[in-house]
Amino acid sequence: MAALKIKKGSTSHSAYNLRPNFSDVLERHTLAVRVDNEPGVLARVIGLFSGRGYNIESLTVAEVDHTGHQSRITIVTTGTPQVIEQIKAQLGRIVPVHEVHDLTVEGPAVERELGLFKVAGTGDKRVEAMRLADIFRANVVDTTLESFVFEITGAPEKIDAFADLMRPLGLQEVARTGVAALSRGAE
Amino acid sequence: MTRQMTGAKMVVQALRDQGVDTVFGYPGGAVLPIYDEIFQQNDIRHILVRHEQAAVHAAEGYARSTGKVGVALVTSGPGATNAVTGLTDALLDSIPIVVISGQVPTFMIGSDAFQEADTVGITRPCTKHNWLAKETDALSETLHQAFHVARSGRPGPVLIDIPKDTQFASGTYVAPNTARVDHYQPQLKGDITEITELVELMEKAKRPVFYTGGGVINSGVAASQLLRELVDATGFPITSTLMGLGAYPASGKSWLGMLGMHGLYEANMAMHDCDLMINVGARFDDRITGLISAFSPKSKKAHIDIDPSSINKVIRVDIPIVGDVAHVLEDLLKVWKARGRKTNQEGLQKWWGQINEWRAKDCLSFKQEGKVIKPQYALKRFEELSRGMDRYVTTEVGQHQMWAAQYLNFEDPHRWMTSGGLGTMGYGFPASVGVQVAHPEALVVNVAGEASWLMNMQEMGTAMQFGLPVKQFILNNERLGMVRQWQELLHGERYSHSWSESLPDFVKLAEAFGAKGIICSDPDDLDDAIMEMINYDGPVIFDCLVEKHENCFPMIPSGKPHNEMLLGEASTQGAIESGGAVLV
Repeated sequence: MAALKIKKGSTSHSAYNLRPNFSDVLERHTLAVRVDNEPGVLARVIGLFSGRGYNIESLTVAEVDHTGHQSRITIVTTGTPQVIEQIKAQLGRIVPVHEVHDLTVEGPAVERELGLFKVAGTGDKRVEAMRLADIFRANVVDTTLESFVFEITGAPEKIDAFADLMRPLGLQEVARTGVAALSRGAE
Repeated sequence: MTRQMTGAKMVVQALRDQGVDTVFGYPGGAVLPIYDEIFQQNDIRHILVRHEQAAVHAAEGYARSTGKVGVALVTSGPGATNAVTGLTDALLDSIPIVVISGQVPTFMIGSDAFQEADTVGITRPCTKHNWLAKETDALSETLHQAFHVARSGRPGPVLIDIPKDTQFASGTYVAPNTARVDHYQPQLKGDITEITELVELMEKAKRPVFYTGGGVINSGVAASQLLRELVDATGFPITSTLMGLGAYPASGKSWLGMLGMHGLYEANMAMHDCDLMINVGARFDDRITGLISAFSPKSKKAHIDIDPSSINKVIRVDIPIVGDVAHVLEDLLKVWKARGRKTNQEGLQKWWGQINEWRAKDCLSFKQEGKVIKPQYALKRFEELSRGMDRYVTTEVGQHQMWAAQYLNFEDPHRWMTSGGLGTMGYGFPASVGVQVAHPEALVVNVAGEASWLMNMQEMGTAMQFGLPVKQFILNNERLGMVRQWQELLHGERYSHSWSESLPDFVKLAEAFGAKGIICSDPDDLDDAIMEMINYDGPVIFDCLVEKHENCFPMIPSGKPHNEMLLGEASTQGAIESGGAVLV
């Protein structure tokens, strides 16, 4: 599909690579799944993970092709290589699933997540929060005299680090979107 | 071809266009418009079952004995929830069925309406795919897609939930050939490089074995033919799972018998000691593998399966081949022939020598002595007496099922219907009804245990109403025999609730339905009684009173590898360790 820049038929070279090297080390993989945006499709994907005991670290979904009614689900999961292969194969046989891409093995990819942080405080803590937000290139999207709401975008690790720094400075609430990811390059 | 019609009419028209001649169902409020359409036509025969679970099992029996898609029709709420066991059974055994359920009208969905259940939600994990048909205009396409999904790739059950207002409303009907079947087009041809690599291994293998499963049956009669050609041409031994019996004939010279937990000694030993395992349409089920870490340690393994998720799921294989069995076997044969039909003759000869030593153990031997019928003897006599007949066998689940698999011979595919993956007690009787509907002139026998049989005994009404001469061959040990066996081996002979108390008089029960009842307890009377059952023109309940404490052997105890099989009572002491006890 052109809009997604996913090479047609690439599934057979990646998700269904059936001769992987197995080890017992847990790996973290980011999967991009192109699905028909029909009722229940997310329930099918989530039900697969819960029913078969796989992990979901993060999951995002939105319709990315409004005319073709197709959504892209980005799932971050952990498991042994055998489990990861099994997850991809199981996703691939869900009827409304068109393609499964393992962005972790298919070459370099960018991963981004958006977080909103409400930080309340006055005096030095408030100034320090603002300064750190600058360093992290977080934007202030709401402010009162004793609070900020920061908007920050980046890799999940960056958002984790920002959360750690904000905690002693009056962190009240966090909302995170989960990871969205695309492979790098023209293809 | 497009036409305007009501949703209810579309259902019947789509069934007709899909070549459906029989529907198993049970009416109710939410499917009344469809039943009204069924009433006004004669192309599609409706078989009224006595419970929705039975409708689905009957559709499974129909599908498995014909290779066609089976169809069941149920109402909303309890009708749909009763169908869940059948759907799960069909999912685990990869049986193509389409279940149509009624639903409360769309404007009442979510209001906890009378007989409302979230059918699509409940059946999502137990179907290959399901649909809620909210638009009459899209209904016919959905119905055609449902048939396509059910029969394509690895077959399985699908469900279409149709709200009552969708059935009443009018819309545009499209014919099957104009319906979009979307992107769902599973890969049929196997990778030729992998196939060639397998051929290379076959040419050199000293101790090869074919391990075949239900995928061969599902792939169609051509797959069984190709398998027979390949096995006979190579001279490799072949064993099969419970699901695959009949793909290769039991009378074939390379046949080792069934493998697995209650499989034959020679089959399991061949699996353990082989140097090349060729899995054709089987899935390394836990009943087959035993202890995974000790599963066939010396072999290279090839796996032919249409479902990529079956490959490397349980057992890591060396040569994965994704494709339809018939397509892959055809290519495999071509490549093997083109390369000069080579096999390792010397190795094979030694291998068969070893196999024949294992065979000499005669692991299925038993002693029929005294005045009590051994269940094995009952099946052996039934096999002898029905040999050569146009025979279909279904089973319930438990010891009798394993004995049937061990002692009955299947020469052709589609002749053996049993609940393998889910192990559904109550499957066999309704399945026999479905088989008999598809094959009215054939001998259809359900080999049953008394406890399983009671789970769907209400289907006597169906058998009588539609004149289906199904034979219920009940091996009655007044026990839940397999549960009892495990309690003996694992739970200190504490037989907790594993006996059948207050059993009915099966002869009187048969007569109460207007059927024939036969009771037999003397081995000397058994042959006559079996012939009486076979020859009776109508449904029969045969109450065959058998030895109550017989255990099913051979047996691979839970948590043990293939080469630690138990061959009989003497070897059972302490056979299952605490680690194996948690397994089922």
